[in-house]
Amino acid sequence: MSGHAFKEFKINWGMVIDLDKCTGCGACMTACQVENNIAPMVDASNKMRTLSWMLVFELSNGKPAPEAEVAYLPRPCMQCGHPACVPVCPVVATDKNEEGGIVSQIYPRCIGCRYCMAACPYHARYFNWEDPIFPKGMEKALSPDTSTRPRGVVEKCNFCHTRLMHAKDKARQDGGDPEALAEGAYIPACVEVCPTGAITFGDLKNPEHKVHQLSKSKNAFRLLEKLGLKPQVYYMSNREWVRKLGDNYAAGGKPGAEKKHS
Amino acid sequence: MEEKKQCKGCWGALPFVIGFVAAVIAGWVLYPDLIYSKKTQPVNFSHKVHAEQGMVCADCHTFRDDGSYAGIPTNEKCNECHSDVVGTNPAEKVYVDKYGKTGKDVPWLIYQYQPDNVIFSHKAHESLECTSCHPDMAKNDVPPTYYQNKLSGYSKQTMRMWQCERCHAENGVSNACHVCHK
Ligand code: HEC
Ligand code: HEC
Ligand code: HEC
Ligand code: HEC
Ligand code: HEC
Repeated sequence: MSGHAFKEFKINWGMVIDLDKCTGCGACMTACQVENNIAPMVDASNKMRTLSWMLVFELSNGKPAPEAEVAYLPRPCMQCGHPACVPVCPVVATDKNEEGGIVSQIYPRCIGCRYCMAACPYHARYFNWEDPIFPKGMEKALSPDTSTRPRGVVEKCNFCHTRLMHAKDKARQDGGDPEALAEGAYIPACVEVCPTGAITFGDLKNPEHKVHQLSKSKNAFRLLEKLGLKPQVYYMSNREWVRKLGDNYAAGGKPGAEKKHS
Repeated sequence: MEEKKQCKGCWGALPFVIGFVAAVIAGWVLYPDLIYSKKTQPVNFSHKVHAEQGMVCADCHTFRDDGSYAGIPTNEKCNECHSDVVGTNPAEKVYVDKYGKTGKDVPWLIYQYQPDNVIFSHKAHESLECTSCHPDMAKNDVPPTYYQNKLSGYSKQTMRMWQCERCHAENGVSNACHVCHK
């Protein structure tokens, strides 16, 4: 990984998703599709071809009836501190170099090689197999905040990045500091829409933001922590089996142990 | 013997050379004109006339409360003074009859419109002179011709990426892709 040193930022935009509050309703997925101009598929049954920057997974404790339990896990892009997708991109169409640590994806630069998709262990990246087709009339309702993507490029969640830019403009207009946004000034669409308030969003490094404390609570964990990608998305649950699934270790492996990277 | 052969080859290639040079010249000189269609503004609006009335830029080009840029003023603004024809300039009559009175917004052409995937904020650039990115409009009596790329549909007069990036680099502003792209 030489040449791709871990970049420190003053701000780390991040989420803490409380899996005990998530009901799996899917409102976040819908809000995401609207915000980011993802065209509805004519036939969405082929899950290899759907685009879902935010995807809710169902988890099960695998036990029979009386003890059976499920949980739902919303999966945006993890905006990894040490992204696996960035160093493999041959054309620098994806990078983690902006203050805040959001991993960018620049569609006109992308050549569609899909190395990044192979590299991402969270399957957070999606490939446009077709040009988007918006039902008649819907093209008028598209959001100006996200450009539409043509066939042949990769796309992914970017924490509704344009909302960040708007929040900065608002701060400038009000005479505030665009680099020190107050909690709640900038939140992605999925966070805004979640009816149970399961997703908390903010600057992980700012003690005034709730996520700062939440991400450090004893029930907080990150997905596949052992890979050392340092995601900026945290999960939390009071249920041990849920936390264990988060690290999905092989039978006999040690849960929660982070692999040391050289 | 060998020399003769070579010479034959030379003359044979001449038409190709001439053709090639002609094509290059045509491509260089004519094509840039061919690819752009020229358009004029729907109303022959003069910045100079209005600046001489003592109006300042911010009278018409304002920020909204959320810090976004309102851009070109709507009819509402123009009608403050042009609810009826006040002068003798025929351009004013065009505005009043075609747009002001019908309530139809003027389909102004925006020279600077960026492609869909670019995000720009006037708020962030408020401290700069308009002329560091735009032509000096205050002196503009006739709106410049608008050149539209026939293939992409974009304006020729937009600022290019290297121009944005150069100024950002000079001022120590981030040039991370996400700063300008969406
Ligand atoms: C009376 C209202 C009014 C005032 C005052 C005014 N403008 Fe404009 N401006 C317009 C209108 C209408 C247009 C669209 C027509 C055109 O492009 O000429 C425009 C267009 C522009 C554009 C072109 C944007 C683009 O890329 O297409 C610039 C730049 C501009 N104005 C700058 C200025 C500056 C600088 C001042 C102050 C000196 C100013 N304007 C004052 C009404 C106004
Ligand atoms: C503060 C009042 C005021 C406002 C607001 C204003 N104008 Fe004017 N406008 C004038 C005056 C005064 C003249 C000069 C009339 C003359 O003597 O011919 C003028 C002249 C014009 C003319 C003819 C001269 C020329 O070529 O520009 C046009 C066209 C015009 N205005 C369009 C507009 C449009 C479009 C708007 C809205 C963007 C607008 N005006 C806003 C006061 C105003
Ligand atoms: C740093 C460069 C820069 C500066 C400084 C700047 N502009 Fe612009 N302006 C742009 C760009 C780029 C666009 C196109 C924005 C887009 O496509 O969204 C634009 C668009 C505009 C438009 C059309 C906007 C619309 O949405 O319809 C107007 C009007 C305008 N500028 C006026 C001004 C005025 C007046 C000033 C000075 C107060 C100014 N600009 C300063 C770069 C600049
Ligand atoms: C003449 C110099 C200049 C040009 C040209 C210029 N910029 Fe900027 N830009 C700046 C400066 C200076 C800042 C920092 C403003 C601040 O932080 O208050 C800035 C900030 C920004 C920001 C806000 C960054 C943030 O993190 O909030 C964006 C977005 C931006 N520029 C986009 C563009 C785009 C797109 C273009 C080209 C169309 C462009 N700029 C051209 C000087 C320029
Ligand atoms: C300071 C602002 C700025 C930054 C930073 C920036 N761009 Fe751009 N980019 C633009 C503007 C403005 C355009 C549109 C004008 C043009 O085509 O030159 C553009 C156009 C492009 C295009 C061509 C799009 C097309 O439709 O032809 C590509 C590809 C691109 N940018 C990739 C990138 C990548 C990759 C990065 C990061 C390494 C980046 N840009 C950083 C402002 C920026």
